[in-house]
Amino acid sequence: MDPQLVWFILVNPLIAAALIHLVARKSASTSTFISVMSSVFGLIAAIGVFTSGGGHGPAPIMEVPWLDFGTALRVPIGLLVDDLSKLMLLVVTGIGALVHIYSTVYMEHDESKARYFGNLSLFMFSMLGIVLANNFVMMFIFWELVGVSSYLLIGHWFTKESAAAAANKAFITNRLGDFGFMLGILMVWAWAGSVVFPEIGEFIKGANINQGYVTAAVLLVFCGAVGKSAQLPLHVWLPDAMEGPTPVSALIHAATMVAAGVYMLARVFFLIELSPGAQTVISVIGGLTALLAALMATQQDDIKRILAYSTLSQLGYMVMAVGIAAPGAAMFHLFTHASFKALLFLGAGAIIHALHHEQDIWKMGGLSKSMKLTFLTFAAGYLALIGCPGLAGFFSKDAILVAAYQKNFVLFLVAVFTACLTAFYMTRLFVVVFLGKARTPAAEHGHDGPIKMTGPLAILAVLSVIAGYAFIAHGALGHEMSEAIEKLEAGPGKNIAMIFGTLAFVIGTGSGYVLYAGKGKDPILIPPFKQKFYFDELYAALIAGTQDLLAKVSAFLDKWFIDGVLVRGSSGAVWGLGFVLRFFQFGNLQGYAFLFGAGVVALIYFMVFA
Amino acid sequence: MLNLIVLVPIVAALLVLLGAPARKTAFGAAVIQAVVALLCALTYDKSGPQFQFLQWSVIAAEWDLKYFLAADGLSLVMLVLTGLVTLAAVWVTPTIEKRPNLFYACVLFISGGAAGAFASQDLFFFYAFHELALIPTFLLIGIWGTGERHAAAWKITIYLALGSFVLLIGLIDLYLAIPETLRTFDMLKLQDLARQHVIPAAAQTRPYIFLLIGFGTLISLFPFHSWAPGAYASAPTPAAMLHAGVLKKFGLYGLIRVALPLLPEGAQHWSNLLLVLLVGNILYIGLVTIAQRRLDLMLGYSSVMHMGYIFLGIAALNVIGVSGAALLMFAHGLSIAALFAMTGMLRQRSDSLAFADLGGVGKAMPFLGAAFGCAAFASIGLPGFANFASETLVFFGAFKPAVNDALVGNFRIATVCGLWGVVISAVYMLRAYKAIFMGEPSKAVATWTDVVGAARVPVLLLIAALMIAGFAPKTVLAFVKPSVEALVPKTK
Repeated sequence: MDPQLVWFILVNPLIAAALIHLVARKSASTSTFISVMSSVFGLIAAIGVFTSGGGHGPAPIMEVPWLDFGTALRVPIGLLVDDLSKLMLLVVTGIGALVHIYSTVYMEHDESKARYFGNLSLFMFSMLGIVLANNFVMMFIFWELVGVSSYLLIGHWFTKESAAAAANKAFITNRLGDFGFMLGILMVWAWAGSVVFPEIGEFIKGANINQGYVTAAVLLVFCGAVGKSAQLPLHVWLPDAMEGPTPVSALIHAATMVAAGVYMLARVFFLIELSPGAQTVISVIGGLTALLAALMATQQDDIKRILAYSTLSQLGYMVMAVGIAAPGAAMFHLFTHASFKALLFLGAGAIIHALHHEQDIWKMGGLSKSMKLTFLTFAAGYLALIGCPGLAGFFSKDAILVAAYQKNFVLFLVAVFTACLTAFYMTRLFVVVFLGKARTPAAEHGHDGPIKMTGPLAILAVLSVIAGYAFIAHGALGHEMSEAIEKLEAGPGKNIAMIFGTLAFVIGTGSGYVLYAGKGKDPILIPPFKQKFYFDELYAALIAGTQDLLAKVSAFLDKWFIDGVLVRGSSGAVWGLGFVLRFFQFGNLQGYAFLFGAGVVALIYFMVFA
Repeated sequence: MLNLIVLVPIVAALLVLLGAPARKTAFGAAVIQAVVALLCALTYDKSGPQFQFLQWSVIAAEWDLKYFLAADGLSLVMLVLTGLVTLAAVWVTPTIEKRPNLFYACVLFISGGAAGAFASQDLFFFYAFHELALIPTFLLIGIWGTGERHAAAWKITIYLALGSFVLLIGLIDLYLAIPETLRTFDMLKLQDLARQHVIPAAAQTRPYIFLLIGFGTLISLFPFHSWAPGAYASAPTPAAMLHAGVLKKFGLYGLIRVALPLLPEGAQHWSNLLLVLLVGNILYIGLVTIAQRRLDLMLGYSSVMHMGYIFLGIAALNVIGVSGAALLMFAHGLSIAALFAMTGMLRQRSDSLAFADLGGVGKAMPFLGAAFGCAAFASIGLPGFANFASETLVFFGAFKPAVNDALVGNFRIATVCGLWGVVISAVYMLRAYKAIFMGEPSKAVATWTDVVGAARVPVLLLIAALMIAGFAPKTVLAFVKPSVEALVPKTK
């Protein structure tokens, strides 16, 4: 494979972003053109890299030094291309290109279109950096850049108070996770003497494993994933992030950025493997997130928020898969989820666009007639997500169920129940939005978007159907991946998982249909679910009660104690002595000159007489 | 070459006092200073730590006292910082109604004094140049300041005068700790003496603590910081930029240049104390910063807070940490200068800098919104800006020295606190940014005109420098590292 092609994939969106922000920002059409072209080139180059073979296992391609302190610390900007990153490259550039094209319609009349596309390209650069990073620090760099591009895009409509607040919340919550991530990186480095993945991999082969230390380090690194992939307890930012434009939600907050946490865990799985304790924690956090987020999703009314909680839940699935030592299954689900969840978001965007920014599902209804294409494609994504046998989500979910069955029966049950809930709340959404009668005049006048909108939907719909087969087909998406899945499926539990998975699908879909078909408003109300288990309220109280209170106390201390009593008090005392400072009464300059002069005199005195 | 960097602003200041056109002269001097500093950097031989561009004239031969300028990589980076910030500071200075000539002369004296302190390799002039720069800072705040300027000027004067006095005692004590026959003011010779360990360990603790408190006060080391926020809030824009951006770095530079190499055991001895104090800078001041409701005060406190990271790098006493500290001195100088410059632009348009009175500025002034965002993100350590690379080095440097592979050590605890500070700074900076720049502009704010044309240049200059050093930290580290390797004590 051609190293330059990989460098091109990384640098190309940066050039686009720089061109847009520095040169083309006054011209919306030029900016759009640059950004879309760059995303298409990126996809073509990624396909080129993907198809060019290059053997198994990691093959370091090229590095430029970034920080170099010899053997003590070496941080390169280096690319790591293996099956894992190739697969992810495809996901990011593929969904990325489709979202770029779709955005040209969705953001057509936005007054800050150039800024939007500039930041979208910045995001592509950051995300691809995470994918290609061959070391922890480089990954952290792009990790932060992804955070800032997400901040910029969530806050795209920054004059809106809620959007501005959501942007801040996303960035700060992520920083909380990154606090642990960086600390984990430091611990790994202090232990292995390197931050470069292959070098750490070499190191651990012969290393003594101190379980306590390694578990701590792995869990701290995991904190980064908890923030970025919005796992409990740092999940609160993702639903709010829906304040951003919908294509952004599809690309960043469904398909790619939030999956970065899972990708990172798969990348450093060779470390996670060392610590059974850390694996347990990771799988429990993932399972809990999957379950709780699914419960929250059952009671939401905003179409984007339902999808956002669904994303949380599915990310929990993936994280759980890593925790039960099945990173291959996690990546499989990441891959299929990227296509159908992007599809669902873009479909939701098409509806929101057609209904003049209406997002409440109870103000929709009957859209299957007025928005045929959107309906059909959305149906494909819907069925793929809820694990309809034969579609993409079914296979990847099944792989995780098998892994859970082999490892931990409780988690298996949690996963099955979550799958059932998923089928339930998605059926609720589907039935309320598309079936029955239109509940508002706007919903009566729904219409499909132009080809630039429906085209990406159609492509993603096809992917949602076939992605499962592509993965399983031996070697089609990288040998490492398919081998991992094959190995998993060869173990026990294959049939049980399939039966339970299918049952969950049937029960969830059935109950959802029975409960919601033909209803004009929600027949059930479960406040804890609707109020998202009161996490936001709890955190608001926590922040006000700790950080902000501490801040106020510190500020008070600083003003009245350190500055008030100590400084003024002590200078007052010196003043009382009238020793040196009396000269200050003549004014700043003279007093100062005296001190300076006294200093010089003292200096000379010491030099001559000491 | 170095004479130009140091003396051009001083001569220009004198000319301005004598009646030369103030702004033009100052601007010319600033351009010359910046260009010459960059030229020096371009022609500097980076292969080793050796001092270059030597110039001297003997003043008192029997004490080995001389006017002696020379630069190694560390000095040079500080000189480039001085040049860039001076240029930006003069550029953004608005029309001065009251005694403009004295104003510009003060600004130039600060710049020349700071450059002199960074370029002097004679202990006496090192100290004296800094004093030369301090006095005009007091005047600028006292005469042209805003708000409670008299109180602020008064406080900073007393405080920094006392700090300098403690520093002077420390320097004298250090001088006397050197065996009598070897005593010299020549900092190059002192550095050689350091390598021969001429000062016994027992004699190092006292001068070091004087230097730490003395330099520390100048740097606003907790709890000697309370002069800083008020002074920066009251100071006219160029004074805040030059003091927070450049002059405050003198203390840090002094610790690295003088205290560390000559008193390594002293530094070891007091390292736990320093760790406690710097955690005070990071966590305690960080929290105080969160509570601020005015942009100028918030930036003042944030600048105090960020000193904690530089101290952490210095405390690490290894090449990674100290190099990170040096890079952070450069990065912080640029970012805080940019932030203060833009605060000045807001002040020209608004009577109040309270968050409650602002809002929606990003819509009314897109350029200022974007540029302030860059500088704000730089200051909270976003990758792409030099601050991130330097903070990362500081953390790596500080995390290493855990004794015997123990999981927890004092340095590691301090590093954890430092990392938590990164969260804190995101909180206050993003809250402030949201309060000022996001939301719908009020009627008054909507009429504000954006920064246009040449007025953008100084801000862009600073941000560009931050990005160059952020994307490729090697551009700065190549200068700094050899010097740091020579300065950092090689302990067991």
